[in-house]
Amino acid sequence: MTHGSTAHRAAVLGTGQTHHRSKRPDVSIAGLCREAVDRALADAGLVLADIDAVVVGKAPDLFEGVMMPELYLADALGATGKPLLRVHTAGSVGGATGIVAANLIQAGLHRRVLAVAFEKQSESNAMWALSIMPPFAMPLLAGAGGYFAPHVRSYIRRSGSPAYIGALVAVKDRRNGARNPYAHLRQPDITLESVQASPMLWDPVRYDETCPSSDGACAVVIGDQAAAEASSRPVGWIRATSMRTEPTMFSGKDHVNPRAGADAAAALWTKAGISRPIDEVDVAEIYVPFSWFEPMWLENLGFAPPGGGWKLTEAGETEIGGLIPVNPSGGVLCSNPIGASGLLRFAESAMQVMGVAGEHQVPGARTALGHAYGGGSQYFSMWVVASTPD
Amino acid sequence: MRDVAVVAFAEAPNVRRTDGTTNGVEMLVPIFREAFTQAGIGKADIGFWCSGSSDYLAGRAFSFVSAVDAIGAFPPVMESHVEMDGAFALYEAWVKVLTGEAEVALAYGFGKSSAGELPRVLALQLDPYVQAPLWPDSVSIAALQARLGLDQGLWTERAMAEVAVRSRAAASSNSRAQLSGSVSTDELLAAPFVADPLRAHDCAPVTDGAAVVIIAASDRARELCARPAWITGFEHRIDSGTLGARDLTRAPSATTAAAAAGVPGGPGVDVAELHAPFTHQELILRAALGLPDSARISPSGGALAGNPMFAAGLARIGHAARQIHTGAAGRALAHATSGPALQQNLVCVLEAR
Repeated sequence: MTHGSTAHRAAVLGTGQTHHRSKRPDVSIAGLCREAVDRALADAGLVLADIDAVVVGKAPDLFEGVMMPELYLADALGATGKPLLRVHTAGSVGGATGIVAANLIQAGLHRRVLAVAFEKQSESNAMWALSIMPPFAMPLLAGAGGYFAPHVRSYIRRSGSPAYIGALVAVKDRRNGARNPYAHLRQPDITLESVQASPMLWDPVRYDETCPSSDGACAVVIGDQAAAEASSRPVGWIRATSMRTEPTMFSGKDHVNPRAGADAAAALWTKAGISRPIDEVDVAEIYVPFSWFEPMWLENLGFAPPGGGWKLTEAGETEIGGLIPVNPSGGVLCSNPIGASGLLRFAESAMQVMGVAGEHQVPGARTALGHAYGGGSQYFSMWVVASTPD
Repeated sequence: MRDVAVVAFAEAPNVRRTDGTTNGVEMLVPIFREAFTQAGIGKADIGFWCSGSSDYLAGRAFSFVSAVDAIGAFPPVMESHVEMDGAFALYEAWVKVLTGEAEVALAYGFGKSSAGELPRVLALQLDPYVQAPLWPDSVSIAALQARLGLDQGLWTERAMAEVAVRSRAAASSNSRAQLSGSVSTDELLAAPFVADPLRAHDCAPVTDGAAVVIIAASDRARELCARPAWITGFEHRIDSGTLGARDLTRAPSATTAAAAAGVPGGPGVDVAELHAPFTHQELILRAALGLPDSARISPSGGALAGNPMFAAGLARIGHAARQIHTGAAGRALAHATSGPALQQNLVCVLEAR
């Protein structure tokens, strides 16, 4: 599964995001998206007329109560008269949106493509939209946390991890978020003790170890080689993309270390020419909606052997300045506009190799991972971006 | 650019109501098997899967997640999903093959419209702040569009009925069609209005269904199909979602997509499969796409003979490809639409070689 000789080079030309908040009553859905789009275009030094096609991603339409909202958003996104695609791959959708946009360039069809992803959770009730009782399927009951907490307990049992590792992740991510002007939760004074004193929601996941519900959007402009070379600003070259899916439930499913995630990562590293991710990747933006998923995904992605993820976290190696800084932006634990969360990971990874991440910049970052997952740990999408094309 | 061709197509029976779940699995499993048999391959040969469906149609979040069960996706597969008609899933699959990441790809679409009140569900596609709260249903919006054309003298109620007569007659040779048979124009025009000026025959039926199309690159396509339907143009465009901001008697996004796909000024098409859920929309599309008078229109019966939401557009591409596969046509156009009143349009041109 390598890129054939037919694939054209693609690069991130610019990124933009909203100030994520629990409620953004100051803007409509269109206004929210446009805020991110305008910032991405300004970052790339482009205008809407430069865009050849638009790819929109968001999580279930029931979250806002609008069926296929991209139809109504066509004007606001500058898509009228152009090709517009709408991607939906559950929580991984933001990542899939970035990959579909990159593929349009890699296929040689367009010169510049705009990827936009959003969620405006305050306009509906995501908890209700998730807690449905479909026939012949296991209900989620009390939202995503209730679904994932048993997998976390299983991880702790299998890995022998100390109980405070999750709280360490929360402290790191919330402090990182305080360096990110767009983050929803910015808590520079959070401590291990305060996290451990916060209410238990889904044992062992405490309130401070859980992602917020956010209104927010993210936009990324992706261009071909000519567009990248014509840009006067730094770009982030897309070295490899990867997606894998497996069923939600089946006999033999490993919810702690899902095969789809491991397969996607293995294919990604091969395509990117990376043999030792821990040594060759400078920074990772990983989809961590509940703190414990940092050590779990470090193992699933191959940064650590099974049972070794929590040791990286405990040693401080996932902090800025560590061996593999994870989520210097604060990650999903600080901002979770669900449909946009994956594209935010992809955008933040690009910002790192473009050297434009400001106060949460990892010094000297040249190669970065963007990662997203969704459904019942069954959809995985990821990319590697770098400061140079090869 | 790589050569890519449609090599197999199958669709579920178009019916008013299935007993299956809204995740489509019961409709999908048999047609996956049918398409695999046509191409002489199995699921392990598929390098990329892409589906099209709607959570709102299913009345639940993540309906497509359960549809993956129809694949048997373990070991894990490279897969994606669009919240659009399966025709757009096929477009994403075609892009994936063009990048060189897959040699063979499968797109599917499914929809169980009988799970809800379709015309009201589709009202939720409109601007959520100023239009959707008024609940203008999809049939009423189409009726406004039809009325505009009638009042401007662009078409007549008789011309609309003639579209339905031709569709039903053509569908007589399509064993999966929902509506077929011989009817007369006068008979249809004697029926009462459903939403003035639309009568029942002007509106596609409410349909449960699913469709699957397999594509393959160059030499692989020749291995899998005796007469591959080569994709020589694949384009889509969207118009404004604001109904009052566009001329509803035209479909500029269809015109632009057809032009980009090389239809006008090209060698002409022998046949066109049009995704027109209302009779007058076929008349709009025939003009917008620049089709020659000689082109046969929707030999499958088209969407008026069965309109499974999120599968009907993909099925049009499948039926157009079948015209190439069987030797009935040398060049075929397939069209798919999405959104209220022909807002978004896709054109796929297929050729024999």
